[in-house]
Amino acid sequence: MNPVVIALCVGMLTVAALLALLRVAKGPTMLDRVIALDVIVAIVVIGLCVEAAANRHATTLPVIVVLALVGFVGSVSVARYASKESAAERGRR
Amino acid sequence: MDWTTIGTVVGSAALLLGCLLTLVAAIGLLRLSDVLARMHTTAKPQVLGVVLSLVAVGIALQRTTDIATLVAIAAFQLLTVPVAAHMVGRAAYRTGQVDASVLDHDDLAEKLAEEERSAG
Repeated sequence: MNPVVIALCVGMLTVAALLALLRVAKGPTMLDRVIALDVIVAIVVIGLCVEAAANRHATTLPVIVVLALVGFVGSVSVARYASKESAAERGRR
Repeated sequence: MDWTTIGTVVGSAALLLGCLLTLVAAIGLLRLSDVLARMHTTAKPQVLGVVLSLVAVGIALQRTTDIATLVAIAAFQLLTVPVAAHMVGRAAYRTGQVDASVLDHDDLAEKLAEEERSAG
């Protein structure tokens, strides 16, 4: 794989990760942060893919599987928690 | 052009496109106004960007067991990302974080009001 391609990919992923981190920091709501963290997980997965394609090895493939799984479970559970919290708040109002 | 060169070119293009989609998603995440708009801009590159980079890995590795794993990851991603986006969107609607003034037509509100009428 051409080193220029790898450098371009790493650069774009770095900028994307920084922008997503900015959204995590700014919020304003929990769901915004969940979406941004999902994007960060996707960026890490793509970064591992870039590394695996550049060095032609398959050692990181299990890590990619686990990351895809954990990201899904995390965002779904936070979404459930957010809706439950709001129902309790609605009951109090 | 032999097959190795074609593979390298296609793999590089797929990697670059996947990274570009992720960058676009991050820019949209920062610039758009509301949870639903942000969710829409991030869910699609999460699928296509990851699938494109998996294609690039498959072209680079070219072994049957690795490609089977990659296909499994892609299928899992295709199944779970829309479900997660749907759950987050549902939570956003139920907790009142959707700005009703930007919606063209709110079908769910009508449906919920109808159900409330029939229940009460």
